[in-house]
Order: sequence, then structure tokens, then C-alpha cells
Amino acid sequence: MTEHILDVRDLAVSFFTYAGEVQAVRGITWHLDRHETVALVGESGCGKSVTIQTVMGLLQSPPGRVTGGSIHFEGLDMLKLTPRELRSIQGNRMSMIFQDPLSYLNPTMRVGEQIAESYRLHHRVNRREAQAKVREMMELISFPEPERNMRAFPHQLSGGMRQRIMVAMALICSPGILFADEPTTALDVTIQAQIIELMNELKEKLDTSIVLITHDLGVVANMAERIYVMYAGKIVERGSAADIFYRPRHPYTWGLLQSVPRLDARQDRVFRYIPGTPPDLLNPPAGCPFAARCPYACRACAAYMPEETDFENAHACRCWLYHEGAEELRKKAEADWKEQGKEVGSHGEEGAS
Amino acid sequence: MERKVLLETQDLRKTFEIRGRGTLTAVGGVNLKLHAGETLGLVGESGCGKTTLGRTLVKLYRPDSGRILFEGKDIWTQNRKENLHYHKDVQMIYQDPYASLDPLSVVSTSIGEGLDIHGLYRGRERRERILELLQMVGLNREHANRFPHEFSGGQRQRIGIARALAVEPRVLVCDEPISALDVSIQAQIINLLMRLQQETGMAYLFITHDLSMVKAISDRIAVMYLGSIVEMAGAETLYARHCHPYTEALLSAIPIPDPEVEAKRKRILLRGDIPSPVNLGKGCPFAGRCPRADAKCHDSCPELREVEKGHFAACHRV
Repeated sequence: MTEHILDVRDLAVSFFTYAGEVQAVRGITWHLDRHETVALVGESGCGKSVTIQTVMGLLQSPPGRVTGGSIHFEGLDMLKLTPRELRSIQGNRMSMIFQDPLSYLNPTMRVGEQIAESYRLHHRVNRREAQAKVREMMELISFPEPERNMRAFPHQLSGGMRQRIMVAMALICSPGILFADEPTTALDVTIQAQIIELMNELKEKLDTSIVLITHDLGVVANMAERIYVMYAGKIVERGSAADIFYRPRHPYTWGLLQSVPRLDARQDRVFRYIPGTPPDLLNPPAGCPFAARCPYACRACAAYMPEETDFENAHACRCWLYHEGAEELRKKAEADWKEQGKEVGSHGEEGAS
Repeated sequence: MERKVLLETQDLRKTFEIRGRGTLTAVGGVNLKLHAGETLGLVGESGCGKTTLGRTLVKLYRPDSGRILFEGKDIWTQNRKENLHYHKDVQMIYQDPYASLDPLSVVSTSIGEGLDIHGLYRGRERRERILELLQMVGLNREHANRFPHEFSGGQRQRIGIARALAVEPRVLVCDEPISALDVSIQAQIINLLMRLQQETGMAYLFITHDLSMVKAISDRIAVMYLGSIVEMAGAETLYARHCHPYTEALLSAIPIPDPEVEAKRKRILLRGDIPSPVNLGKGCPFAGRCPRADAKCHDSCPELREVEKGHFAACHRV
């Protein structure tokens, strides 16, 4: 087995608030290989952002605290590093782009300086060398009029251009891992398409691995090779993109896939959706967190958390449906899912250009 | 099937003066017809003027020129009584469910305000009507005396809908009602809006940037770019036989949640950003980014013409 560039095991993160302990991440295990794009998918509040903040050492503490598990990055134990060691990694060997570029860019600094900042810090080069690197970076991201725009302030640029600046800032040190937290959510679709293209292209050129966080399954389909589906602080299903999109096993994944309208499907006017809301993580349920919203839940679901069931090709899911005792229910659930799959499939090519 | 035209705009223009920089054309000569009981989707990227158009329709802005007709009558020449009626007939729900509810008023006050203004129900009946509205939008009677901060985003959007419905409008302008919500909640709100339309026969002007959602719920769709409508057609027609290059690029940019379909798809990447709507030139607004533009496109602005029955496009190359 090859060494993973990032290996997260049984990670648990809690926030200690006046109301009590909010268990945001509750024991998740996942990894990232070299040259790979992995997506963490789930609704807001499922713990996906907290997970990557913790991995990058950006968890605010207090109130946040890692309550268990380990994080290994290129063989380094991330939870045992000194702040100084951590800083030499942040922005250098792993970096991050955020959803809203405007609130992460310094409004009083020219964007060229901001792109150069982490490069100068980590590589100890002078201003001129750094500027040369910035110019190279701006060309790489095909930024229009680099000479003039390097001297611009963030508010003078459009949303798409700002996001490009964020990408350039994150990639200037050629990090091993790029974390992208909802990188295109705040952008218009034509700009989103540009940024997705850019990230896919730079991943090849700069030899970076990407961890993508998003709730937009369309973006996931465009970028990710493997997917982890998160729900209420747990990973409920994991597998290759093909397995998750075409052979999903967990009822939550089914619900998630069904509630997205597809441009290429003829649809009646009623959308399927998952009724109810995710559980309160101040008091997480003892059993499967999805039980309260799951159409196939039985008594065992509410009481006990299911173990992972493995399918072929590193595809696994946590659901009691795959326990031998639940065979009948499973057949019914799978038949339901296939039925709905047909509706989309039969109109699959319609209107897609 | 010809349905009655409820709301119509004729060459509607709305501009804003920006000190020292010139004139921003938010809506530049829009002709739209909204029929009774239909859903018209209005799509476009940020800054294309779709929200300004919606706000002009509910009289939050006064247009610079052009007319808005409601049942054939100009809404800016109405007397007081007609004006009051117009506000009852045309209601709006807003994008941000956090900002559009009064944080100091309990839900029943927010919903009841319209009832009082239009003198619709009093006393016990008023109370009953508010509770009925809450149930219509999927909330409980107990929610009536709570404050907005006690609700989730989806619930707040339901309150906004109940408030709009209270006065029994015939047109509902929905300005991005779901874009601030989580995916699974979005579907709930859309289903609610569709059910309410069936029950009440309201017409919707559905403003959004989410093309895959609007396709599923609209009868007709209008695509806006820099203040102008560039293409308008029946929902299925627009997706199957669109002819404006902007519509084509917009549709091809939307990711489909299916890796195999995505791998095979041809994507038209538009270069650059949406240009600024300040001091627009004389040519086609899309010419600068259009892969098919020629000299004529930079010279004169194309009119919206009918390319087939009920299908309009504004492009010299069509």
C-alpha cells in the first residue's frame, strides 16, 4: 500500500460552549493520496469545514478542541507540531482557498503584494524575486493585464478575479495539498466554470492534491475522484465518484442525489427532498444520526450506530440496511432507488448540450 | 392556450446615476408579459438587472421610462385606491430571509400587517386567518407568537411566503427565494411554492441564477444579460433549442451532478467577466465575450425578435 499524503484517523472535534459540548466531528477516518482530488460532501453543519480547519491547524481553540484521533501529513503528526513548525507548513506545504474571497483578502494591500506575501515568508527571497514569481503565477492563472492588476486593490476587482487571486495566493508555494472550502459557491456559473477549469489544470501543472468541500454535487462531478459523504459529524458513505453517483448505498446519499435538480433531466414539478433537519450535535443521537429522517429506519437504527459495510473497490457505507437481518427492507429500498434512477436515466440525454 | 396577460412591461428602463462615473443601466428597455397563473423564470448572472426589474415591478423603484401595465392599466397613473389594490395584487418574497423580517415583531404581527393595511380581516377572523396562513406554509399555530430569530432559514422563508400570501395576491415576485438555503431545504420551499400556486392560481415571476431549478418549475424562461432580455422561450424549448450564444454558454457552464455526463460534455468557456453596466456602449451587450461576435455586433444592439412561435432572441447572428 502506498503512503497517503494525508491520513486522518478517528478524528473527533468538539466545541466547548456555554450550552455544553458541541460534537462537530465525531470520529472520522479518511485519507488523500498524491495527485488526487477528494471531496467532502454534506449539508451545512455536518462538520466538513471544521474537519479541514483542524487538519490545517486553524481550529480556533478555545472553544474548539480535538478530542481524539490523529492527523498525519507526509509522515508528520499534525497534532503534535509546535506552533512554529505548524506555521512553516501552513500556506507553504498545505494551503486553503475560501468561499468568500473578499473577506479573506486584505482590503488595504495591493493584490500583487498579497500573492507574494507567503512566498517571501516561506522562501526568504527579496521583493524583486518575489514579484517575478507573482508575475509567473499571474500568467499561470491567465490573469488579464497582470502588470496593471498586480497593483490593484481587492475592491477594484470582480468576484471571479478575486477568487483567481486567492487561487494564486494558495498555490504560489506549490503546496502538497490544496484545501478548497466551497471555492465557487459565491460565484456566477460562467465564472464558476472558469475556476473549476483553472483548479483542475493547476492541479496537474503544480502536482498538487486537492481536498474539495462543497454541497454542490455538480462541482463534485467535475472535480473529484473520490467522495466522502458526511452527515452530523460522521462519514456515512465513501467511495469513488462513480460508486457514489451511480451505485450509492446510504439512504442519505440517495436523498442528497435526488434533491438536486438536473439540467439534463425532464422533471415533474415536485422535488424529492429529505424531510426534517439534521440532529442537534449538543446531544447527538446514540444510534445512526440519520435515523430520524430516514424512510427505512427501524428500531436498531435509533439505538445503535451501524459499523461500516464494505463493498467492492473501497466503497463503504454505515447503514443497518446492509446487516444480514435487514435483507427484506434492503431489497425494498434498493428497488425504490432503482425506480427513481430510471426516471432520470430515461431522459438522460435530453437538453444537454 | 392563450392566457390573460396580467402584468406587462413596455420598454422599461431603470438607470442609476453614479457620482463621478456616469450612468449605470440596470434595466435597459425590457418588454415582458406575465400571464395569469403562469410561472415566468427570469435568469441571469449577478449584476444583470434581474433584481432591479423585480423591484421596479413592485413599485420599489420608479422606472426612468417605459410603462408597467397591470391588467392593461399603467401602474404609475393610478389613483390612491388603485395603487393600494396594486400592492395587494402584486407581492414579493425576498432573497434573504434573515434581513426581510422585522426582528422586533413576532410572526403574527408581520403576517397581519398586510391584512390591516388592506382592511381584510378583523378581530377573531384576523387571528384565524394568520393561523391558517401559518399552516398553509407548513408551520405550526404555536409559531405565531415567536420572533424571527427563533427560526431557521427555511422556516423564515416560509414566514416570508405567508406574509406575501396574506393579502391574496395574484402575482408573486420571487427574488431568489431559495439561494440562501441548503439544498434539501430548497426543494422543500420549491415544493411549497408549487403547491400554493396550484391552490391559488397565482402567477410567479421567479428571479434566480439557478438554471437547473428554474427549468423544472417554469412555463417560460427569460434570460437576462446586462439589463436586456437576450432570449425568451418556453422552458423546454429554451433548453432544447436555445439560439443565443449567451444562453448556450450559460447552459453549458452549469455542472450536472453526473461524472460521466460531465466528462463527455462540451463546455463553452466564456472569457472574462461580465462587463460593468456603467456607460454601456451602443453594440450588443454580449459582444465583448461572445465567441461569434463580428463588426456588426459591436456597432448596433440587436432587437428581440421572434425566431419561432413564442421563442424570442436578441442576436444578429441568429
